[in-house]
Parts: sequence; C-alpha cells; structure tokens
Amino acid sequence: MTTPGRSEGEIPIAQAAARTSWFRRAATDTQITHGARLWLYALATTVLLLLMLPTLLVIPMSFSGSQYLEFPPRQWSLRWYQSYFDSTAWMQATSTSLKAAFLTALISTPLATMAAYGLHASRLRHANLLTMLLLAPMVVPVILIGIGVFYSYVKLKLVNTLLGLVLAHSMLAIPVVMLVVGSALRSFDMDQARVARSLGASPIQAFLQVTLPQIRFSVITGAVLAFLTSFDEIIVSLFVSGGDNSTLTRNMFNALRDQVDPTIAAISTIIVAITTLLVVFTQFIGNPKKD
Amino acid sequence: MNPLGHARGPTQGAQRESGAEDALPNVQALRRTDLFERLGLLALVAPALLLILVTMLLPVGWLFYLSLLSDQGTFSLEHYQRMWEQPSYARTFWTTFQVSFLSTAICIALGYPLAYFLSEIPKRAANLCMIAVLLPLWTSLLVRTYAWLVLLQRRGLINNWGIELGLWDEPLALVHNLTGTLIGTVHVMLPFMVLPLYSAMRSIDRNYLRAAANLGASPLRSFWTVFVPLAMPGLLTGALIVFILCLGFYITPAVLGGGKVIMVSSRIANDIEIFFNWGAASALGVVLLVVTALIILAAARLVRLDGVLGGRERV
Repeated sequence: MTTPGRSEGEIPIAQAAARTSWFRRAATDTQITHGARLWLYALATTVLLLLMLPTLLVIPMSFSGSQYLEFPPRQWSLRWYQSYFDSTAWMQATSTSLKAAFLTALISTPLATMAAYGLHASRLRHANLLTMLLLAPMVVPVILIGIGVFYSYVKLKLVNTLLGLVLAHSMLAIPVVMLVVGSALRSFDMDQARVARSLGASPIQAFLQVTLPQIRFSVITGAVLAFLTSFDEIIVSLFVSGGDNSTLTRNMFNALRDQVDPTIAAISTIIVAITTLLVVFTQFIGNPKKD
Repeated sequence: MNPLGHARGPTQGAQRESGAEDALPNVQALRRTDLFERLGLLALVAPALLLILVTMLLPVGWLFYLSLLSDQGTFSLEHYQRMWEQPSYARTFWTTFQVSFLSTAICIALGYPLAYFLSEIPKRAANLCMIAVLLPLWTSLLVRTYAWLVLLQRRGLINNWGIELGLWDEPLALVHNLTGTLIGTVHVMLPFMVLPLYSAMRSIDRNYLRAAANLGASPLRSFWTVFVPLAMPGLLTGALIVFILCLGFYITPAVLGGGKVIMVSSRIANDIEIFFNWGAASALGVVLLVVTALIILAAARLVRLDGVLGGRERV
C-alpha cells in the first residue's frame, strides 16, 4: 500500500511550499521541516559514502605507477596488473578459483533446486527439521566448518585437491541456492504442475516443462550466488586448498598478513569488476514480475 | 496427478470420504500412490542432505568427539576445564564479546538513521541509494578488508589527509588494533543491519504517525511511542544477525587486528595452524557453536528466523 493519505495531505503543504523555502517545508505529516532534518540527511549521506568509499578508492589506486599505494596516484600505469598477469602463482590461483567456483555452481544448483522442490512439494510434517539441517552450513561458524572439513579431508586424503574444495564449497552454497529457489517456489502456483500431471505428464516432465521455466530466473540467480560463494570463500579454502590447487582468496589472505602488496589492489579491482558484471547480469535477466 | 493433494479442503475431504466407504480398495490404492509420490519427493532432498552430512555434520560431530579426548586419547573434559581455568581464554572470550557488542552498537547507531532516511524518501530514490548498501555485500570480503588496510595504515590515506589538513600531527595508530578491527567489522556488518531495518520501516503505515500527531503528540513523542516500537522487529533481526556473525568473525579481525585482537575464531585457527592442538581447537569451536545456537534459540522467540537466514552470509 502506498500511503494514500499522504498525497491528500500534501495538497495544502504544496500550496504553502510555493511560498516557503525548502528548509521550512514540512518533511513529514508531523510538521518536521526539511531544515530541522538536515542532520539526518547529512548523517545518512555520510554513512552511504562510507559504505562505498573504500571499494571505490581501491580502483584508482590500483592504476598507480609508484611502489606505494597513493590517492590520487601521481602517475598512472598498469604495472600492478602486469605483475599480476606475469605471475604464475597468481595465474594458477585464479584458474583454481574459477574452476572451483564453476564446478560448485554446477553441483550445488541442481542439488539445492531438487532439495527445495522436494521440501516444498512434499509438505512434510517434519520438513522443519530437514530444512534446519540443510540450512545448517549458514548458521554454524565457518571456522568450525573449516577445521572440521580439514580434519576429515586429512583422513580421506582430499586435502589440496580440487574435488575436496568443490565438495566443501558446494556444501556452503546449497543453503544459499535453496533460499533463493525456495522463495521462488513459494510464489509459484503448484496447481499448474498438478494440471500437467493430470494431463499425463510424468513428474519429471511436469517439473522440466511447467515448473522450471517459471522459476528459471531464481535458479540462474542461485547459480550465480553459488559461483560467488565459492569464488569469495576464504576460511575453508585456507584450510583445505594449497599447493597447485591454492585459491586466489587463500593467496590474497596470506599476502595481506605479510605486507600491503599493490598487486592485490589490481586483483581487487578485477574481482570487483567481475562481481559487478555478474550482479548486473542477474539483475538484467531478473524476474520481470518481481519489480 | 496426486488426487489426495486436493483432498485438503474440509468440504472436499468430507465428500470424498463418504464416497470412499463404497470403494475401499480404490482409496487404498490412492493412499499408496500418495505415499510413493511423497517418498519420491523426499528422495529429491537426499543428495543435498548427503553432501551436507558428509562434509559438515559428520566432521563437526567428529570435532565434538575430539574435544572430549585428552592428549593421551582417553575420555576427559580437560580442554573445557583449561578454558575455564586459564585467564588467556577469558581474555579471548572477552575480546570476542567486546568486538561483537561494540560492532552491533555502532551498526545500530549508523544503520538506524540511514534506514530511517531511506524509508522516508521516495521509493525510487531509496532503491538507488540501496546500491550503496548492497555494493559492499557484492564485493569480496578480502577486497574490502584490504581497502581498509590501505586507508588506515600509518602512511595510509586517512593519516595523510588528517595531517595535511592539520587535524592531528602524528600518524594515528588506526589499524592492527581494536580501532581498525571495529572499523572493518562495522563496515562489513552494516548492510546486515540496514536491510532488515529498512524493510521493517518501509512497511510501517505512516498513518499511525499522522494519528499520533492528530492526537497532540509532538514529533519526537510520536517517533518514540509509535515509530520505534513498530520498527523494533527489524532492529532485533538486524542486531541478532550482526551479533552472531561477529561472534564467529575471522578474516577481518585477523587482518585488521594484526595479531593483537585475538577473537575466538583466530584462536581456533592458531591452535590448528601453529600448535596442531585439535582437542583445544575443537573445544573452543564447540563452545562457539553452543553460544551461537543459544543466542539464536533465545532470539527465536522475538524474531522471525527465516528473516535472519535471508541475508547473504559470507564472513
């Protein structure tokens, strides 16, 4: 509901506004003026800027030509990008991270979509317990998951393998995808699937031809989020990735603890660019019904 | 199709049952079909559940078991006992609590006015401003932590600007201490506070405030007695998310705290990476998990839990 009373109330205010300045104009119906609210506007703008600034400052600084990070850079250059692209270690880590993220999206999206559909359609009495178990990776502190996975991978000889990394990341991504797909299923009219079934479609046909096309935006969004979950994941990667299969985040974290290497500014800029592209992509294909 | 699925309405169900007396075998067959249908749907959950079971539930259960073993491999509570007796553990818990509490408080102080501002301006402008809130959520945690490291270090931007503008003479110690940890943590957590607060405030019917004003309440009074209580669920959800995420926070405190701010997560990581002490690390992890679970359970009475899980947690 879009406060219908407000537009009526604004008629006398609008007339008065013609005569008074913006500062004296009423900001709400309780006669607070914009002038009396300046502090709120200033504070909110400051907080908004603080939220954006650190990320946005790193971008120009990554093009600095000097040994130290400075803003604004005195001379511009691409040397830190070159140092990134010339380094075999960084390149290897990037390829590991991309591979792991892609495989994680590939594994966790169908598993989580199946789980979300099963939970939604079966309307079980004990679905709550199952949901809790499936969402547990979101609630349990990641550090505990990290050392737990490390401990079991030592026994299973999965440490430093891509397979181990992808399995752990898929586990972390399943609840993320499940929440997105689950909320799409809640707004999907299940009677449509029932109609398909009564017209002779098998359960799988009904899902693939009726349900899936209508929730596909959420499934794609879920896949992108699964990709990002793996690509950005740090703690589990710190413990179970290494050697040739060390991830980008693991190498960045270790570099950060030692010194402030400007190469990381270049990598950060690339990551921000990739993430923004992915997010814009999901917004672009986003469900038009969802406003 | 599953006909019993439609038998949920009270009238439909009654009709079907009266007819069902005549054709008993048919009803049984339908029940069987329904059962198989449900079992099939349940089987869809199995693969995801199996993956989570193998890569998370069993390993964490194993850690729980390890935390109950002494260094000699016998059953004992010595790891928990040590936690109780050694003052260094008390310091770790105190630091964790302090960082979590202060971060939550600062997030409320900064997030409440911002969410209020966003809920008061037209929706289109608010959506535009929301990009600024969501941008940090999309950006990798490491990138943001790195940015703060660059800004806050001794010869970083903030110190340079402060000295150039004559605000202070000596470079301030802004990072590798509690200050840096708090700045970085609040920056990471703020969106988790603003999002539930904003959605709670947006849904408040402003006619209540008009009514309060009409009944003679001053703007301040109508804000405190009408608006704040109505926005309370959003505030509680936000505070709960932020506090819980802070309790288990590892990356940002580890980088911006520079080894001086040891939170529980850092200590667990150190126990494994440096001391290879699985028992001690597991015991700490179990305590962290139990405390988190207790807070969630206590808060579940006040807050809708699915709202808590809605945020995208990546810390």
